Amino acid sequence: MAYVPLADQDQEMEMHHPHTWVEKYVFSQDHKVIGVQYGGLAVFTGIIGLALSLLFRLQLGFPESVDFVDPNFYYQAVTMHGMIMVVYFLTALFLGGFGNYMIPLMLGARDMVFPFLNMMSVWTFFISVVILMSSFFVSGGPTGAGWTLYPPQTTMAGTPGHDAGIILMLVSLAVFVVAFTMGGLNYVVTILQYRCRGMTLMRMPLTIWGVFVATVLGLFAFPALLVACIMMMFDTLLGTSFFMPAVIEAGSPLDYEGGSPILFQHLFWFFGHPEVYIVALPAFGLVSDVLSVHARKNIFGYRMMVWAIIAIGGLSFIVWAHHMYVSGMNPYFGFFFATTTLIIAVPTALKVYNWIFTLWEGDIRLNAPMYFAIGFIFTFIHGGLTGLFLGNVVVDLPLSDTYFVVAHFHLVMGVSPILVLFAAIYHWFPKVSGRMFNEKLAKVHFWFTFLGAYSIFLPLHYLGFLGVPRRYYALGNTDFIPLSAQDLNSTVTVAALIVAASQILFFVNIIGSLKWGKKADPNPWGAASLEWQTPDTPPVHGNWGDKLPTVYRWAYDYSVPGAAEDYIPQTVPENEVITASDDNFETNKDPSPAAI
Amino acid sequence: MTLAVVILVLVIGSVVFHFASPWWFTDIASDWGSIDFTINVTFWVTGFVFVACNLFLAYCVWKFRHKEGHKAKYEPENHKLEAGLSIFTTLGVVAMLAPGLFVWATFVTPPSDALEYEVLGTQWQWQFRYPGADGLLGTADTGFVSESNPFGINPEDPYGQDDVVVNDPQMHLAINQPVKALLRSNDVLHNYTVPQFRVKMDLVPGLVSYLWFDPTKEGTYDIMCQELCGIGHFVMRGSVTVQSQEEFDNWLASQPTFSETQRPAPPDLSAGQAQYATCAACHGANGEGNQALNAPKIAGQQPWYIERQLNHFKQGARGGAGDTNGSQMTAFASMLTTDEAVRNISAYIATFPDTPATTTIAGDIDNGFDIYDRNCAACHLDNGSGTWYTDAPKLSGMSDWYFVTQISNFRAGIRGNHPYDDYGEQMVQMATAMGDLEEINDVAAYINTLR
Repeated sequence: MAYVPLADQDQEMEMHHPHTWVEKYVFSQDHKVIGVQYGGLAVFTGIIGLALSLLFRLQLGFPESVDFVDPNFYYQAVTMHGMIMVVYFLTALFLGGFGNYMIPLMLGARDMVFPFLNMMSVWTFFISVVILMSSFFVSGGPTGAGWTLYPPQTTMAGTPGHDAGIILMLVSLAVFVVAFTMGGLNYVVTILQYRCRGMTLMRMPLTIWGVFVATVLGLFAFPALLVACIMMMFDTLLGTSFFMPAVIEAGSPLDYEGGSPILFQHLFWFFGHPEVYIVALPAFGLVSDVLSVHARKNIFGYRMMVWAIIAIGGLSFIVWAHHMYVSGMNPYFGFFFATTTLIIAVPTALKVYNWIFTLWEGDIRLNAPMYFAIGFIFTFIHGGLTGLFLGNVVVDLPLSDTYFVVAHFHLVMGVSPILVLFAAIYHWFPKVSGRMFNEKLAKVHFWFTFLGAYSIFLPLHYLGFLGVPRRYYALGNTDFIPLSAQDLNSTVTVAALIVAASQILFFVNIIGSLKWGKKADPNPWGAASLEWQTPDTPPVHGNWGDKLPTVYRWAYDYSVPGAAEDYIPQTVPENEVITASDDNFETNKDPSPAAI
Repeated sequence: MTLAVVILVLVIGSVVFHFASPWWFTDIASDWGSIDFTINVTFWVTGFVFVACNLFLAYCVWKFRHKEGHKAKYEPENHKLEAGLSIFTTLGVVAMLAPGLFVWATFVTPPSDALEYEVLGTQWQWQFRYPGADGLLGTADTGFVSESNPFGINPEDPYGQDDVVVNDPQMHLAINQPVKALLRSNDVLHNYTVPQFRVKMDLVPGLVSYLWFDPTKEGTYDIMCQELCGIGHFVMRGSVTVQSQEEFDNWLASQPTFSETQRPAPPDLSAGQAQYATCAACHGANGEGNQALNAPKIAGQQPWYIERQLNHFKQGARGGAGDTNGSQMTAFASMLTTDEAVRNISAYIATFPDTPATTTIAGDIDNGFDIYDRNCAACHLDNGSGTWYTDAPKLSGMSDWYFVTQISNFRAGIRGNHPYDDYGEQMVQMATAMGDLEEINDVAAYINTLR
């Protein structure tokens, strides 16, 4: 039987329309509801991650007066903050949240290919969050081994949460990987198989390219984390020695022999480095779309952007040991991994250039989403460049394990993706909710977040140059650390408190606008991509009414010469483009966009 | 408009911050100037890109902001520009990577004249070992680790007998003598870092890692652990003194060799007993202590701890300003003029029967347990017996009022801040786990249940 694309079998597709409130909002199979559920749950864990960071920042900023953070809790808070933010917040929000919401809408599909599996994915994610949070309530509390969970200390008595806490963390991660795999397979199949007519791969918005490549990375990378978790559980519960050499715990030898702690680090970073791009690539995609729409200009160098995403994705699998230059692995690996790591800077830099060239000769509307997108370019340039320090193996020697590392990765994979998240949430809020947000409040939120975050992380680089180590509960008496370093720490803590408090503006804006926001135009920004062309706003179950859309052009036809409007939706065929007819227009020029 | 100006201000502000910052690399004390050179190259290349890209960004935001009647230019691609930028970026990357790889090649191949020494990391202390006259370090294994052999040196290995062992966290090096540090851990990952030397490497249980450098500047520098190694990570400190070859040789000669530490003269209990007569007046004939005289119970305490504290009193590391009771001890401890006398008396104290002291402190036992279990048990153990391994004295069954005084002294900076008291300094930091006197009492009350 000949292959018939799914988009052409629309009449035979069965939509499981919900009948009850529970089916509609709880166990929903609608990708949009699932996207919001994923996003909401991720934001909830993110708030906990943020609160933990404030607690340990208070200790670092005011060690004399803060006595509710003891060393034990400090390490637990640092650990849980890291793991929550990287995995349960950013990964879940970008792929589970935005991926779910955007993929079918941007590709002209009615839903994901496997809606039931999609529902299973979000509820499995929910279980993993419950397991993770439960570790706060068990004896010994959550693990304090650092978010990298390096053995042997993870399971040894000198580490907070070394009994129940670490086991719950490992189980929760394993369950998360299951949830991700269910979602991830769905995203990949949907992107490859469920695009509407005319939606070729090279017509897809960059958001989809980012989500697609990130998902593929995740499907290859998360299994490494899964096996590392399982092996560590075997070591702890069954007494195997995968990661455990002969070691001494508080004076008594433990019953392990011959394992390799560095093996765990290889597995962890084989997951951990692609993980950076699992977060970054969707952010790259989303911000490209926001920039293009609000600059009223096509994204500059679309094809190069696509290839850069693919190249970065591929390279991200052969750079992992740059996290391990000083781990005690064979130092000769340093040559290879420093080279691959610096090569990855080239496609990444090209993306930055192309974002800025998208603004060049644009007609920039400085709406709130655009503020966040431009803010992202600034912080990403800074965070990307500091990566060149740490990637270059000898420069990493003095800087590794200092505050420089903390500052670098927070700028590049904390602040930058979060600025994109806000850009994206504000940008798509009118479509998702059918209401406009408060523009002024959003801009105030931007200034606090952007300036505040930069004033947290710029100074931390300099503590790193000085040589101040990370993960120190207190600096104590150290000759080379001047007292002014403590003042700097206090300032940074104050900035962090202000940034955190200003996030209330975001929630007030979003929740308030749901109720009192002005009713939104179906396409308030004049965007060309498919998700803005739905018959209903917000889109209803099935997305497209009776007939699936057909796509005739790429997603970036902005300010096309000859066209009357400054954007041409993807659904408009060439012969239906409304051309400019006013007197200023030179009719002797070829008005067809095809001639460009 | 505002956004463009703000980006401009941030670029200028970042550059100003950079040049005005008092927080910058420490003065280098090794010959790894090539690392600093590579950092400077990286700084100039990335600094240029940072300024150029962001100024261009600010310019675009300002110049092409929306104006009535203005229309964006339609320009999907510009191959020439993109190719040009790719080449430009690649050149920048090569300019940074090339010197980096050359310097790394030097780092991974220590010179043949580098002398070896060993750094041992344990939770949460540094110890060091230098080869003896044979120039070779003996083999070691965690299986041999014991209180008298913390390195786990193979007692059968002839090369290990003359190894010089340094059982405290202060090491010395001779200036301008390249050294290769062999790094070993008996428990978890640690990281041997001296910021002034620029190089660092993890200590990994189960293998020996290394780094090398040539110390070029005399002085004493902090050693810090820079790989999270458990709750005591931030108090795992040490120091390295770089001095002239002659001073270094003298220092090394004054340290014991492994075989010397293995065959100490047996303690003379009767000499200890004779000396103890003075102590008995306050601490009691059986070391049971006397609160009225501010003398804590000493019976049952770990002998190595008694020895160490007597030495601290003698050296003035304890009993200084603010510690009136401690200063009385200084006089008595100074009567023990030799190391043998100290050893004899602590050996004699070890013969006392260990009956738990009477409890004098009440408090919230649940809160005490919570604090103890979270912060104290890692070193003093769940049952409060303490262990040589973590340099933690026994707490259970000892004088609870003395515990409260000492924790208060640690918190007030009266005890533990003396440069000789490396282990007390750790307690200064850890004692903050107890917020106030009430919490100290809670912990004391909990420890009273451990008997």
